[in-house]
Amino acid sequence: MKELEYDVVVIGGGGAGMSAALSVREQGFSCAVVEREAHLGGILLQCIHNGFGLQEFKKEFTGPEYADEFIQKVRAEEIDVYERTTVMSLTPSDDGHESYCYSPENGVMRLTSRAVILAMGCRERNRGNIRIPGTRPAGVYTAGLAQRLVNIEGYIPGKDVVIIGSGDIGLIMARRMTWVGSRVHAVVEIQPYPSGLTRNIVQCLNDFEIPLYLSHVISRIEGHDRVERVEITPLVDGIPDTDQSFYVECDTVLLSVGLIPENELSKAAGVELNPQTGGALVDSTMMSNVPGIFACGNVLHVHDLVDFVSEEARRTGAYVAKYLRGQRPKREVRIKAGANVRYVTPTRLNPAEPDKLYMRSLVVKNHAEVEIKLDSNVIKKTRKTHVQPSEMLSVKLKKKDIEDVRFTDDSVLEVNIR
Amino acid sequence: MSARKDYGEPIREMICISCPIGCHLQLFKDENEELVVKGNRCPRGKEYAQEEFYAPKRVVTATAATADPDAPRLPVRTDKPLPKEHINDLISEVYALEVKLPVDRGAVLIENYRDTGVNLVSSLTLGK
Amino acid sequence: MQHVDVAVIGAGVSGASIARNLSAYQIDTVLLEKETDVSFGVSKANSGIVHGGFHHSTKHLKARLEIQGNVMFDRLARELDFPFKRSGILVVALKSEDMKYIDHLYTQGQENGAIGIELCSRDRMFELEPKLNPDTVGGLHAPSGGILEPYRFVFSMVESAQKNGVELMTDFEVSKAEPLSTGYRIHAADGRSIEADYVVNAAGLYADRISAIFGAEKFEIHPRKGEYYLLDRQTKASPEKVLFPVPTKVSKGMLVIPTAEGTVLVGPTAQEIDDKEDVATSAEELDHIFDAARKMMPVVSQNDVITSFAGLRPTMESGDFYIDVSDEAPNFIQVAGIQSPGLTASPAVGEYVKNLLKKAGATLTEKSDWDPFVSKVPRIRDAGPFDADQLVQQRAEYGNVVCRCEEISEAEIIEAIRRGHTTLDGVKYFTRAGMGRCQGGFCSYKIMKIIMRETGLSHEQITKRGAGSELLMGTL
Repeated sequence: MKELEYDVVVIGGGGAGMSAALSVREQGFSCAVVEREAHLGGILLQCIHNGFGLQEFKKEFTGPEYADEFIQKVRAEEIDVYERTTVMSLTPSDDGHESYCYSPENGVMRLTSRAVILAMGCRERNRGNIRIPGTRPAGVYTAGLAQRLVNIEGYIPGKDVVIIGSGDIGLIMARRMTWVGSRVHAVVEIQPYPSGLTRNIVQCLNDFEIPLYLSHVISRIEGHDRVERVEITPLVDGIPDTDQSFYVECDTVLLSVGLIPENELSKAAGVELNPQTGGALVDSTMMSNVPGIFACGNVLHVHDLVDFVSEEARRTGAYVAKYLRGQRPKREVRIKAGANVRYVTPTRLNPAEPDKLYMRSLVVKNHAEVEIKLDSNVIKKTRKTHVQPSEMLSVKLKKKDIEDVRFTDDSVLEVNIR
Repeated sequence: MSARKDYGEPIREMICISCPIGCHLQLFKDENEELVVKGNRCPRGKEYAQEEFYAPKRVVTATAATADPDAPRLPVRTDKPLPKEHINDLISEVYALEVKLPVDRGAVLIENYRDTGVNLVSSLTLGK
Repeated sequence: MQHVDVAVIGAGVSGASIARNLSAYQIDTVLLEKETDVSFGVSKANSGIVHGGFHHSTKHLKARLEIQGNVMFDRLARELDFPFKRSGILVVALKSEDMKYIDHLYTQGQENGAIGIELCSRDRMFELEPKLNPDTVGGLHAPSGGILEPYRFVFSMVESAQKNGVELMTDFEVSKAEPLSTGYRIHAADGRSIEADYVVNAAGLYADRISAIFGAEKFEIHPRKGEYYLLDRQTKASPEKVLFPVPTKVSKGMLVIPTAEGTVLVGPTAQEIDDKEDVATSAEELDHIFDAARKMMPVVSQNDVITSFAGLRPTMESGDFYIDVSDEAPNFIQVAGIQSPGLTASPAVGEYVKNLLKKAGATLTEKSDWDPFVSKVPRIRDAGPFDADQLVQQRAEYGNVVCRCEEISEAEIIEAIRRGHTTLDGVKYFTRAGMGRCQGGFCSYKIMKIIMRETGLSHEQITKRGAGSELLMGTL
């Protein structure tokens, strides 16, 4: 068995992993990236549409272009990249962590490192998770799997399509399926508002006159061998009204019903998760409850823009470098999700080093205000033209925001949306 | 109270995508055949409606065939937004291409498509 | 025209067990299956339980075969390499009136000779299963009860039968039978035909139709549907033992089952239906499952659901198995109405039918070279890092982890395909690839590509579970 040592092992070579590795390397530490697929880049490689990079590069890139920017940088650095390699377990060792990595080329390798950055991304919620009744025919795919089949493999999964969920991947796939010659008959969304960006509603649905059914559910999938039709039922006051159910003939159902951070490896390593996000509970330095294990990107919480992933991962890499130098926060206070807020990440603030907070709203609202309170005193208010659950919000806490505030060990920072 | 002009039924309705608010715009023509936009909360809404009404354009992304079974599809894009009326024809042409690998990101695969000044380029360095 | 001594119709758990039993004798046996792979009917979707021998009175054939079958599993598991565990069974009483019924089950179990069966106080119940509902008043413990993966059991029996000379013909839907001076000429819907001296009808839900085709007894098989939820292996609601409620008149009730592979199954419901192809789930029935399961084990959570499915049980009016030599059709043996505990009874059913064939006049001479063992497929998940490294050195594909949720390597998938499981479901049931929490979201395109590469099938020919369930509809 091969054994190697690094300062840092990054698990996952997608948007988060590449950015974190570059940041670690920039600080002078040795670093390995372990990627299970054949190439660096992660899911970005199958997102061939544009709309990436406006924050990070001030340019509008496609997914492959965005990934390529990072791939070229990683290749130019002294970073060991292990492709086609799966981390099967992560366990503590005397001086850090051991990652057991499996690959056809190297067999089983043991990588020992003082720190580990979790950057495994997320998986798609599937039919079982949302419990759609009916038969179990061929032709039910998650939108991401369909995207892979079409964009990378060049296969068409179906000709007559109904999409469940109006998340961005579902909307993007509505346009893609249309552009490969299939017909998209409906996009069905359980919420009274779309989950995806307005721009995608306009360019992926309205451009092709694809009907969007808000406050509707797929109440049944039918078909013996292959999907034959779906039953769609409207929600009236939040309750399915089966008297108004109708059928749509189709051979394919694509699901775009949310993402779940992929944390099975983390859980087995003892990392505690936040039930709200499905990601690790991290302190002000993005470190989990297990010393030396950090998390960033979609494995921490599901982001809607990869630009934010890159940014978060870069900060995480810098925090890891501080950890390796023995610099830890002297005091941290708890951060709490308050009114109308689903979650805030991270869940700790270092008063000596305030940083960016990411959060999601529970409400849809124009002209909202993010209010940050410390022990019931408002310390910052930030106006947002529009908030909705599907769009992540960020607030940058600056030193001047908290310089006049007195922190105690029991202080709590509360984030509200008003 | 100032008299509000009645333009009758809107000739088009659209959602502004300049910012996340997503104003619902109604478009009318006045007596001089000039476009009138209602429902916008800021000037960008009017600009968006003008362009979307007279010269709608979209960035087109797709994949082209390669001869390499390990990487059968190359992601491609237009380098600028393309007038909407050309999109379907361009996509048909993309599907007819077979790109030789290796190819560099940014390599021009179709130049100045139908004199629009828009090129089709590779989105990825592939086969290297 | 191919001629065999015995044709077994139906490659479910009964047919597979019969075929494997016959493979030890010097006779030609063919196993005919209408689906594209074996175990694709009733046998793929059930509770996977080896019952404890206390639910039924031995005046029923099914109870006698259940008790005989139960004790045969330890040897079978050694020979056939399928996941099996004697986990034990608990029947949970939630109110004091239930204890009367528990007493009855205990007495019946004693009479049946169920090994180790015991009546449990409340304390004993919590010692055996700490996560039970605090309202539990007592119950029954049957330590000889167990769990197994039913499709893996069938796959292994068929593989063992094939290894010992039985021929398997899939996609062979029996459509017509002509009586010959001895035996029958059997025609398939696709035009193939075969002659056999003896015919065994183990056709599950369609045993009534097969009986009619051969001019044998008239009876009806009624499908009873059972719906299930499958929970992730990381659920908190993972019991040590199979949990049964106090049974109702129609069924043994809804259970919480720790599967032999570490996931948890809750269900089944029990509905009498008409359509033998109707394996649809419904929102109402699925809701019942959770209500019932939570009564026994409150930590069962909908958040842990990875999939739901339904299976059908072939039932007859009598409620018992119907296994006998036909009085109407010569050289024809009926194996019908094999509902619960059909899986538990199956090893004994194989023996029983072999004896019936003897009675019907077949000459059965033992083979001297019968090999009861199938070759094991090493699994990367079960190997420690050092053993895994060895496996990869021997075969590089062991290093390619295709299914991340269940940790299944490319080598295991290739092995499934080479053993004849060439559909996505066949690979899934053999290897577990695609059976975990992502339900194939990440790996199914990889498995499709491996199937195409290994079999030479085109993208239009690969299916989920046979003709009609094609996965792809063209290329760019």
